[in-house]
Amino acid sequence: MRALRDNGPLLDVEGLTQKYGHQIGCEDVHFSLYPGEVLGIVGESGSGKSTLLRCASGLMQPTAGTVRFNTRIDGLQDIYALSEAERRMLMRTDWGIIFQNARDGLRMNVSAGANVGERLMAVGERNYGSIREVSSEWLEKVEMDLGRMDDLPRTFSGGMQQRLQIARNLVTKPRLVFMDEPTSGLDVSVQARLLDLVRGLVRQLGIACIIVTHDLGVVRLLSDRLMVMRRGRVVEQGLTDQVLDDPQHAYTQLLVSSILPV
Amino acid sequence: MSITQEAQPWQAPEHDKPVEQVEGYNFAYLDEQTKRMIRRAILKGVAIPGYQVPFGSREMPLPYGWGTGGMQVTAAVIGKDDTLKVIDQGADDTTNAVNIRRFFAKTAGVATTEKTADASLIQTRHRIPEKPLTDAQILIYQVPIPEPLRWVEPRETETRKMHALEEYGVMHVSLYESIARFGRITTAYNYPVQVNGRYIMAPSPIPKFDNPKMHQMAALQLFGAGREKRIYAVPPYTDVKSLDFEDHPFTIQSWEENCALCGAKDSYLDEVITDDAGGKMYVCSDSDYCAERREAGHVGDQGEPQSPAKKGGAE
Repeated sequence: MRALRDNGPLLDVEGLTQKYGHQIGCEDVHFSLYPGEVLGIVGESGSGKSTLLRCASGLMQPTAGTVRFNTRIDGLQDIYALSEAERRMLMRTDWGIIFQNARDGLRMNVSAGANVGERLMAVGERNYGSIREVSSEWLEKVEMDLGRMDDLPRTFSGGMQQRLQIARNLVTKPRLVFMDEPTSGLDVSVQARLLDLVRGLVRQLGIACIIVTHDLGVVRLLSDRLMVMRRGRVVEQGLTDQVLDDPQHAYTQLLVSSILPV
Repeated sequence: MSITQEAQPWQAPEHDKPVEQVEGYNFAYLDEQTKRMIRRAILKGVAIPGYQVPFGSREMPLPYGWGTGGMQVTAAVIGKDDTLKVIDQGADDTTNAVNIRRFFAKTAGVATTEKTADASLIQTRHRIPEKPLTDAQILIYQVPIPEPLRWVEPRETETRKMHALEEYGVMHVSLYESIARFGRITTAYNYPVQVNGRYIMAPSPIPKFDNPKMHQMAALQLFGAGREKRIYAVPPYTDVKSLDFEDHPFTIQSWEENCALCGAKDSYLDEVITDDAGGKMYVCSDSDYCAERREAGHVGDQGEPQSPAKKGGAE
């Protein structure tokens, strides 16, 4: 088992609430994420999963509550108290965000290699040769054909775009990756390969991960801990196997029992 | 309307009074309040080198894209003692240059010249004169698209944020693409530069051949974009660095040929088609530079020697 608790939590979320007018996006969410840990968030459509992810990943300022990240230099910092420059710097170095739709996370009009290299250039890498070398290393790690390195992402299949997105995010060796339904929209065999890849990379690199999904199979495979959300609130949380095998809350029981047996 | 506290109408200073101009127009066409507004934008631009200052661009009596931005800047800084030179693609005798020069001769009554050295103001489109400028001169560029990030990021809100936070990684992404596709950086004009180590700036569509001239230039450089309503500036003796990669450094164009008329090796050459049988010649794009060299006795392959008495005129 990996050592989880040596340095305290990597991400600490307290009392996170996001309201859209009178509508509740998510309400009073607490959790801590430790280095190398994978947290799954499940729930039905409209349960506030994506809202929670957007708030926790710095994309949307919550109505109330704090999101603190254990920065490399200053320790735990409220990310919404940082200046916008610092927050965006954090987002493109220490964090990765993998979107459900690869088009939101990729630059569709520049080549795959440039997509992977962008973060390197953003943090000041100015040597074409080494950018290309690192890019191709990462494309290999996500099992992409290097012959496609100079092709545009729009010529790629959905699964390849998703893998490219992963490479693009991991190239700066982030410590925390947010994934919003990374496998939805892919067919089952491609899903399986992608999950295998993500699991391998996450374990190998010791990246902490928050995965939002409505697919219980995905969380069973990837996550250490699980949070079940309903109507913006967390109704149950615990170790993945414990929650899935012995659900306590009525909604979780419903969710687990709705999985179609194959 | 007046903005002075005494509520007295604003009076043009003595040196701004027109000499002999067309009746019914204010000195240099624009009204005084507009000129003040533009001057404020210019001052701000000079204070923050490379930063694009929004300004209330006015309708000019010619279409957008014909130099309305440059003309408004010129109108705001010109005084009756100034000598104006206008160039278009390096030449003084092309339509755009002739029209703008005549416009200011009429509306401001200023002296005009084709000699780079004699001009105190030079309005330009597409070129920087070959002759080094001095600190007594101002170079005014006509700019079509002032935003260097526009091709990678279409949203104005986002490009402003990128400038504010100095997030310029994407500029290198476009250079990377060029090398990945063609083996070299293929951008040949409007080549992006970083000014004073801070703002990324579009140098207007000058060839990259001219980029090194902007670096530590003695003259003040002002940029006006009429349609996009932006003014920016590079103060004298400011660092202007063209973006590149360590292993793909910035280079300028070079030619195997020399100028066919004056024999210059170091100037930007235009290819001129001379017949419909593939005949062509290369001549200096800077017409004044070429003429001056020919007057000084330099002759190219297809040029004719000039006697020192015969001044001006090419053939």
